[in-house]
Amino acid sequence: MRFTHLIYLLYFFIFLNCKNSKVELSKIEASQIQVTDSLNIDASLEAFIAPYRNHIQKDLDSVISYATDTYSKTDGELNTAIGNLMADIAYKQANPVFLKRTGKNIDMVLLNYGGIRSILPKGNITKGTAFKMMPFENSIVIAAIKGNQVNDLVNYLIKAKKSHPISKLKIVIDKNNVLTEAKIKDQNIIADKTYYVATNDYLYQGGDGMTFFKPNDSLYTLDYKIRNTLIDYFMKTDTINPIRDDRFIQTK
Amino acid sequence: MKRRDFIQQASVGTALISLGGLGLQSFSTINNSKKITILHTNDVHSHIDAFSPDDPRNPNQGGVARRATLIESIRKENPNTLLLDAGDIFQGTPYFNYYGGELEFKLMSKLKYDAATIGNHDYDNGIEGLYAQLPHAEFDFISSNYDFSNTIMDTHTKPYKIFKKDGISIGVFGLGIELNGLVTPANFKETKYLDPIEVSQDMTRLLKEEKGCDLIICLSHLGYDYGDHSSKVSDIKLAKATENIDLIIGGHTHTFLSKPTIVKNKADKNTLVNQVGCYGINVGRIDFYFDTNKNKSANGVSITV
Repeated sequence: MRFTHLIYLLYFFIFLNCKNSKVELSKIEASQIQVTDSLNIDASLEAFIAPYRNHIQKDLDSVISYATDTYSKTDGELNTAIGNLMADIAYKQANPVFLKRTGKNIDMVLLNYGGIRSILPKGNITKGTAFKMMPFENSIVIAAIKGNQVNDLVNYLIKAKKSHPISKLKIVIDKNNVLTEAKIKDQNIIADKTYYVATNDYLYQGGDGMTFFKPNDSLYTLDYKIRNTLIDYFMKTDTINPIRDDRFIQTK
Repeated sequence: MKRRDFIQQASVGTALISLGGLGLQSFSTINNSKKITILHTNDVHSHIDAFSPDDPRNPNQGGVARRATLIESIRKENPNTLLLDAGDIFQGTPYFNYYGGELEFKLMSKLKYDAATIGNHDYDNGIEGLYAQLPHAEFDFISSNYDFSNTIMDTHTKPYKIFKKDGISIGVFGLGIELNGLVTPANFKETKYLDPIEVSQDMTRLLKEEKGCDLIICLSHLGYDYGDHSSKVSDIKLAKATENIDLIIGGHTHTFLSKPTIVKNKADKNTLVNQVGCYGINVGRIDFYFDTNKNKSANGVSITV
């Protein structure tokens, strides 16, 4: 074998070596890039989005009712006008659907304070207002629970001392936070009677520590979003003027 | 040349190469440094438009049309780029309520996303709602620990995907969060949640040993960290309990990390965990450099975060 052959062979092996040697990770660099207005807008993408945006904006801006005042969830300790409005709307909108499907009536409604996501401002109410009040997709569910669980619900509300929206339930506590009256549709709560309590799917799952919806005799899902109860109600009601009332009060 | 002679010559050849030292090594490094760029988002939540200038928290931030410009310029700089999303594409603005995620998927396709994993909010219109939007997505959904076999999503997701960029194999797998308690069962139907750590061990074994991937990335919607006392699996927990994952791209907890967290994994090697907040305010960028140079074993992988 001549020396040149060996050279060729050498090249051959060098070549093989290069092919076979696996690449190895040697360095990693990380950074985070903020998407700010210093970046140019991609015009073609912007043009693609525009018709969608315009359609939504037009629909959201359409006036569907009128609020006589500005209502906030912080306007009151145990019940508020805006909370009463939302719970009463849930009852008014969901009960006909429930009655039609099951032949039963909703006994009471419980929503949550945290679920009111914005004020209801004085003036024109648009669909956009409803989206601000309830940006989440939560829907109404109805749990069939026993009176003793309703009593747990009442005790929860007394302990929380927060204006969680309620409808068709009345609670009176004395100055020492002791319950003096608890009624559903003006009737005393009977421990072993079944009550149909409307709430949202978040609370039904135990959200905000509300553990009294389980176990239950049955659960009814209406596929009716809380936001849509608002929109539907606003659309058929000229003027919205809710009040704070005596559904949950503390006597002096 | 007889075979026997060849073998003899061959051993001479290899001996010379190993003795050859510097001259030969310099050959192997010529044009052999490679760079893979990974771009990622998470929890964009239908934030297609930028925040308005009077937004109290994120004025003028985000926006898909700006993200597009950014991604385009990075792709020009390095064509060997992957763009990934860690889930919760849906829900958060009226775009989702009006169009059910159609526009989100269409825009991600225009931005040429390579893959995404599935977040809990992507179930907000039910598993049917997610399925209905799939025709608008020109990218893959990667999910390794959701068993969709009894659902409408069956065969519409991939347990992993291997991307080839400049000869580098990048294995990507995806992890979703436990749906029970987070998503109403009526929405997730018969989606079965499998243990993310066990699934990751299987995935990394497959991608590393069988498929020979050079880089392994986990797209996770598990959440960044729930502390040592929580039984919930987080990205940090996952990183510690597994090996061979180079990067975990996280989501769900909307965690704004100023830089990726470096976690020592089960094999005492580094795994990067990153998450870039939410709403398309940030894009994460990780550049991986590859070399045929064997200096790596002496120096280890240098990480600049």
